[in-house]
Formats: sequence, structure tokens, C-alpha cells
Amino acid sequence: MSGVSSAEYIKHHLVNMTYGKLPAGYARVDSHGESQTLEQATWTLAHNPEEASAMGFNALHLDTLGWSVVTGLIFCTLFYRMAKKASSDVPHGMLNFVEMVVDFVDTTVKDIFHYRNSLIAPMALTIFVWVFLMNLMDLVPVDWLPGLAGKIAGNEHLYFKVVPTTDVNITLGMAFTVFGLMIFFSIKEKGVMGFVKELTLHPFNAPKWYVNILLVPINLILETVSLIAKPISLGLRLFGNLYAGEMIFILIAIMFGAGWALGLFAGVLQWAWAVFHVLVITLQAFVFMVLTVVYMAMAHDVEEEH
Amino acid sequence: MNINATLIGQSITFFIFVWFCLKFIWPPIRNAMAEREEKIAHGLQSADRAEHDLELAREKVLRQLHDAKHEAAAIIEQANKRSAQIVDEAKEQAREEGDRLKVAAQAEIEQEVNRAREKLRNQVATLAVAGAEKILQSSIDVNIHSELVDKLAAEL
Repeated sequence: MSGVSSAEYIKHHLVNMTYGKLPAGYARVDSHGESQTLEQATWTLAHNPEEASAMGFNALHLDTLGWSVVTGLIFCTLFYRMAKKASSDVPHGMLNFVEMVVDFVDTTVKDIFHYRNSLIAPMALTIFVWVFLMNLMDLVPVDWLPGLAGKIAGNEHLYFKVVPTTDVNITLGMAFTVFGLMIFFSIKEKGVMGFVKELTLHPFNAPKWYVNILLVPINLILETVSLIAKPISLGLRLFGNLYAGEMIFILIAIMFGAGWALGLFAGVLQWAWAVFHVLVITLQAFVFMVLTVVYMAMAHDVEEEH
Repeated sequence: MNINATLIGQSITFFIFVWFCLKFIWPPIRNAMAEREEKIAHGLQSADRAEHDLELAREKVLRQLHDAKHEAAAIIEQANKRSAQIVDEAKEQAREEGDRLKVAAQAEIEQEVNRAREKLRNQVATLAVAGAEKILQSSIDVNIHSELVDKLAAEL
């Protein structure tokens, strides 16, 4: 971090390793300040935030998506090994822990979701453990993994974000998947007409049909907004919490380079914030899981009494 | 902060992990837990039953012990009675035996007395004859008076 200003340091930590398609005619500026115009659209790694922006939607965040897959695989491997070991005999060691988590998720789901759907509980377990593991990456000191990746790649300025949930694409990706499932189950349980009725005849409803016709547009607007707000708030809540936490870790990390006294203070701060953050990451994983289950329960709810 | 294809990538990844969990993780763990729950419930139930059985057995033992004590007491009583009876019988027998012996002894004594009396009687006759002979020797001729003496002896 020597010779890098604080602003540059922070900015560097907030850029993803982006692999995407640069459009034809884009003028690439290399490290020497020389401009080079691309003759045709090219798939490449972005060298700076501007290039990442220019790629638009045709880009993948290799770092966050990679770590999301890695943490997901850790979850699957661990739980699959324990699932193979599980029997009605006395459980030992790790199996105890895994069963405790499974039981916790099962109880939570049963409290909220009163319908028969074998997908909900496994999905809740996946979300809880996976999101927790993704959040847990936040507790790895901010420079360790990027530094290591930079060494391996031989590029000190490699962009590398290790916490998947600080990438809005990851959280919204999950939230919109949940949203998709929600609409799917809504239509499956109530039929297309039931779903449309739910959007148009709530919350205002009149006994006379000609009044209802006037109310339909108002209802549609209200219901659509509240429907769309669900995945957005779900995704952004997780993203916001983790992004803020990550930001504070980055700010503390800057202090390490400012003399031994401030460095020591930064060490204490980092420890304190990490302890606090353990609560945040667990709580956010839990909230994401509970809200998913709640949305699924809402999709199954048939409200005929209105 | 760009929205890009990572969104779709994460969505696909999410589906794959949820499917994996639904297929290979959730069912075996839940089944094992449910099975264990049942096993524990069974265990507790049989423990209750065993406790109940133990209680019953304890009651039975107490009852049997009680009965045995009663029986033993009865046997002892009976034995005591029997021993008293035996002693009584023995006493009776002894007394009878004593009486019998006494009677036999008396009979023998009487017999002996009689025999002695007979002997004495014989001797008295002889002595009387001898005495009389001595007295009469001088005056009486044996040949003359032997008939008389024999007659006398026969009278004895």
C-alpha cells in the first residue's frame, strides 16, 4: 500500500475482478497512458473501473462469483459428508453441529411456513449456511486474499473482492431467484387468475363491480410496488449491511500504515469490529432465510376473506 | 457497483446448490434425526415399562417374603407342638414301662415266696419226722410206727 493514497486504496478495494465484453470502438488506455482503440468487441479482464462500466451487462465478477461458488461448495461438501454419516445412532462431533443447524432451520421454517412444500426447508438451510459462509469471508483481513491472489497472478493491482455478499449482483441474484420462486408458487397455488386478482382486488375492494373497476388501477399500482419492493429490499438489505461492514474494515486497514501507535489502535479496532460483525453476519444470514420463508408462505397464502 | 451477468450466474449457482441440498443433504439428515427421535422415544417408553415391572417385582418379592415368614412361623409352631407331644408320649411310655416292670417284679417275688414256702414245707415235714424220730426213737419202733409216720407225712 506504499505510495498509494487512502482514496486510491479504498477505491481499489471496491472494484471487482470483472471479465466481460468490451464493445468495438472502445479506446483502452493502458498503464503508460497510451490509448488503443479496439477494432472489434473483445472478451477480456477489465483493467480499471471505467472499463468494467463500459462492459455493461456482458460481464462476470470472477472474484465474488468464484468465492460464492467456493463457499457454496464448502457448505455442500461439509453437509453432504455429514449426511452420509448420519444414522439413528449416537451422533458425534461435527454431525452434532450440522444436526443442530438443520434442526434450527427446520423449527424456524415450521413456525413460519404451514404448507406442504418439500423445497422450502432445504432452500432455507442452503440460504442460511451459504449466506453465513459468504458473509464470513468478511472476517478475513481485507488484504490477505487479494494480496495472495495478486502474488499468484503476478499483478499487484489485481482487483479482487473476496466477500460475495458485498457485491450487489450476488445478493440481488439470490433475491430475484427467490422472487421468481415466489411468483411461481403463487401462480401454482392460486392459478393465473388468482394471482391477477390478488394484484388487482387488494387492498381496496368494493361490493359493487363498477366501483371496483375504478379501484383496480390503484390496487395494481400499490400491489406491484409492494411486490417489486420485496426482492429489492431483500437483496439490498444484505448487500448494504455487508458493504458497510467491509467499508469499515477497509478504513481500519488504512490505519495500519500510519505508524505503530495508530497501527496498534487499528488492531484493537479491527478486533472489536470483527467481534461485533460476527453478530451482524449471523443475523443477516438469518434474516435473509426468514424473509425468504415468509415470502414463500405469502405465495402459498390464499386470502379469500377480503 | 455494476449490474451485470454475475446476477444470472449467482441465480444459477443458487439453484444448483438448493437442488443439491434438496436431493442429497436434507432428506438423509432429517430421516436420521426422525429415526433417532423415534428410537429415543421407544427407549424412554421401555425404560418406563421396566421401572413399572421392577415395581411389580418388588411388590411380589415383598409378598412372598411375607408369606414365607408366615409359613416359617407356622412350621416352628407345629414343630414345638410336635416336640411337646413327643415328650409327653415318651413320659407316658416310661411310666407304663415302669408299671409293667413293677408288676413283673412283684409277680416274681410272689413266685419266689411261694417256692420258698413249698421248700420250707418240705423241710418242715422232714424236720418234724426227724424230730419226732429223735423223740420217739427210744420208745417207738420204726417198723411199727412207720405206717403212722408216712400217713402223717402225706397229710402235710
